[in-house]
Amino acid sequence: MDDTYLPNEAKIIERIHEGPGIFTLRLQFTDPKINEAYTFAPGQFNMLYLHGVGEIAISIVSDPHSDEYYNHTIRVVGRVTRGFEQLECGDCIGIRGPYGRGWPLEKAKGKDVVVITGGLGCAPVVSVFNYIINRRSEFGTISLMQGVKHSSDLIFRERFQRLKDIPNIKIYVGADKSDMHWPWYKGRVLDLVPKMELNPDNTIAFMCGPEMMMKAAVEALAEHNIDETDLYLNMERNMHCAVGHCGHCQYGGQFICKDGPVFSYPEIKELFAKEGF
Amino acid sequence: MSDKPKIAVHKFSSCDGCQLAILNLGEKLIELTEIVDIMHFAEAGPVNPHEKVDVAFVEGSITTPHELDRIQEVRSNSQYVVTIGACATSGGLQALRNFKHVDIKQWTQSVYAKPEFISTLETSTAIAKHIKVDLEIWGCPINSKQIIETIRALCFGVEPVVQKDSLCLECKRQGNACVMVTKQEPCLGPITQSGCGALCPSVGRGCYGCYGPDENPNTKALAKRFSGLGLLPNDIARKLHFINSQAKGYLEIGNELGNKTLKDDAK
Amino acid sequence: MNQSYYLPHTKLQSLLDAIIERGYRCVGPQTRGGTITYDDFSQVKELPWGYEDEQLPGQYTLKKTQKTGYFNWVNGPQAIKPELFKPKESLWNVTRDEEGKLSFQPAQLTPAPLCLFGVRPCDIAAMQIQDKVFITGTYRDERYAQRRENTLIIAANCITSSNNCFCVGAGGFPKAERGYDIALTEIEDGFTLEFGSEQGSDIIASLKLSEADGSQINYAKQRIQEAADKQTKTLPGTNLRDALMNNLDHPRWDAVAERCLSCGNCTQVCPTCFCHSEEDEPNVKGNHSEHVREWDSCFTQGHSYIHGKVIRSQTRQRYRQWLTHKLGTWHDQFGESGCVGCGRCVSWCPVGIDITEEATAICSDFINLENKENSHG
Repeated sequence: MDDTYLPNEAKIIERIHEGPGIFTLRLQFTDPKINEAYTFAPGQFNMLYLHGVGEIAISIVSDPHSDEYYNHTIRVVGRVTRGFEQLECGDCIGIRGPYGRGWPLEKAKGKDVVVITGGLGCAPVVSVFNYIINRRSEFGTISLMQGVKHSSDLIFRERFQRLKDIPNIKIYVGADKSDMHWPWYKGRVLDLVPKMELNPDNTIAFMCGPEMMMKAAVEALAEHNIDETDLYLNMERNMHCAVGHCGHCQYGGQFICKDGPVFSYPEIKELFAKEGF
Repeated sequence: MSDKPKIAVHKFSSCDGCQLAILNLGEKLIELTEIVDIMHFAEAGPVNPHEKVDVAFVEGSITTPHELDRIQEVRSNSQYVVTIGACATSGGLQALRNFKHVDIKQWTQSVYAKPEFISTLETSTAIAKHIKVDLEIWGCPINSKQIIETIRALCFGVEPVVQKDSLCLECKRQGNACVMVTKQEPCLGPITQSGCGALCPSVGRGCYGCYGPDENPNTKALAKRFSGLGLLPNDIARKLHFINSQAKGYLEIGNELGNKTLKDDAK
Repeated sequence: MNQSYYLPHTKLQSLLDAIIERGYRCVGPQTRGGTITYDDFSQVKELPWGYEDEQLPGQYTLKKTQKTGYFNWVNGPQAIKPELFKPKESLWNVTRDEEGKLSFQPAQLTPAPLCLFGVRPCDIAAMQIQDKVFITGTYRDERYAQRRENTLIIAANCITSSNNCFCVGAGGFPKAERGYDIALTEIEDGFTLEFGSEQGSDIIASLKLSEADGSQINYAKQRIQEAADKQTKTLPGTNLRDALMNNLDHPRWDAVAERCLSCGNCTQVCPTCFCHSEEDEPNVKGNHSEHVREWDSCFTQGHSYIHGKVIRSQTRQRYRQWLTHKLGTWHDQFGESGCVGCGRCVSWCPVGIDITEEATAICSDFINLENKENSHG
């Protein structure tokens, strides 16, 4: 029986510590055929299963053209992620996926790309950012904007430092509160949006993070006259089944799991940032 | 937790029913001893009350001066403290003495032949009023499934699932006919936690709330409905102030309707 | 229009026998706990002969009367949903060996041919709505789909309506139009029968029934019309999407939240509600676990839990989620309303909240305004 609910076994081949309570699991399907045949698009997610505990939706952050392994960056927030935190190299878990609709990368080709992330929820845009960096010539100017509450919350610190030196990539990092040696902007990173030089006819924006931050980002980008249909947001809601059956992730008429998690702004505008949805 | 965690089951003021619920595991209790060492569980045999353990299950409420000290020792000897049952989580049936109109001395004299041997506190209080509690398992009594799930989750290194949905969900999943809708029988199910398997409604009786308030109880609205079914305010108060009288969600509306107040917290 | 046949009450058992002979397990209405419950049966004497139900908001009374007939009642708290979309079932299980390797096994599915007997038109409509959720969408649920493929549906058109019925207002009618194999309409001393599938036709043929005469057909038609005319409740429209979504801050949400117990009964008796949760049930040793799903409700805290917070912590938000989905955004998802007007959520709400009243209170002003604008425009 071909059952969309059934996970496949995968092995942790590496565990990378990213920051306090944040880690990346590098996973490989135990069955080489499955491992080779597996494909995904940036922004899609897998359901990772921890034996006896349960499943959780996790964004795939590795490059879609690498078919050796699949990276998943996990932040410890609840009981299942706390369980995952204890796993080590060589441990087995279950994977089913990929699910959902990822970032519109075909549409983004040839355009300037603004990537805005906030808080610690940056995993879904890590995949898209890596994708673009690895295919640099296919895209225009890249602006990466990352906001954190406190400077110590910033993960991938070295990566940001490295990126700074690549031509045609602009990095904006901001911390509402920061320590003395903070090399980036001190304050709300979105304050920098008005100062950005953006071509309204050729810019596409990808956003991920707390909804209030994305809301502020949408408003700030609107000031640059960027069309609403060029604003893309990664949404998160409770997910159990990932296939539109269980009903938990409904967002008005959308199922975040199968219609998203990436939406163009007009698709979700009606309820966006409305309490209780 | 260690590779083979140690557990203890401590008894405070209670009827032992929750310990019996653990004993009711039967063969599974033997399986359980393959994953944990049961260091102290008087009802089942092993008696080592001072042992240091990974998980201490605590049955019963605090009603005597001696228990005030004992519970502190349990806390300092245990990595996790899990309270089991209505007594330990809300003070239990015996917490009816907490209401101001109750004279504990008078009660003692009318119950015991030699009341001078009885040393008791003015109130019966939940364990969490005295020490930090890591997990509360509700029920009067609890059921053995809850114990297995808790130990299993802790052995997996994750916190146990805390599910506080209304009993109605469990009752409907079992295909019961609602006793309140079909028989106008007052039922606390809509504001009570599931977990018991909807025992009472399954035999045509209204729920009496032994699993305590659910996560979002609209007690006021249910009380209004009970009143529509012909219950007097004091009858409704008595329903709410029964097994889990001190539980937030039952206590306040019960107080309002029954015109009752509590004695000062005599911790 | 299909040929109508006449089946006297005295031959109902032969219809049942013909179905059972074809290998079907029969599930039909019976009286249990003061209500109608669908359960296994093989004899027509197990059906609720002479019973009538009276339904009011938050009240249900079933009584035995002197009236003749098997289908004088309207409905019970559940009908066929629990047979197709089980309240609880295992999806798969996993075993971990000593080296920590995991082997996943799908739960065994052995869908036996199932006959759902005496199904109300609203419940057939609801089943077709659930088909869209579990079968015809992007992903197929094998459990539901296989059961559906093995299901024979014997509809029982309604000859009466309860005080809480509003299928007409929900865009339906107390007569099954499609989705059945055989449809029965009870008349004085028996039934008129129509087939809706080849299989239904075969079964009817095997019974060697006479055709229904004109007066029987007319009487059946009249009874169904009477059931429709009897309905007093209605919705303010069959598509309330815009009316609801433009009223997300209507004061009525607060008013209903004061009465709502947030107990989830409405969602559990609703024949279209499909929300369910998934969880693991490991064995004591921890080397084996069942991954199960069970009915959930948008009235629970867990339903909207994410990252340590609850998106809908208030009852107001939960009721609003339910109603806006059921009558509103369901149209976005499945191209139709999620309500078939069976009235169960009204009858089985412990405090008698009436969906038609709430929808009317919230939507009326918007709809009136819209109509005004249209008539001027």
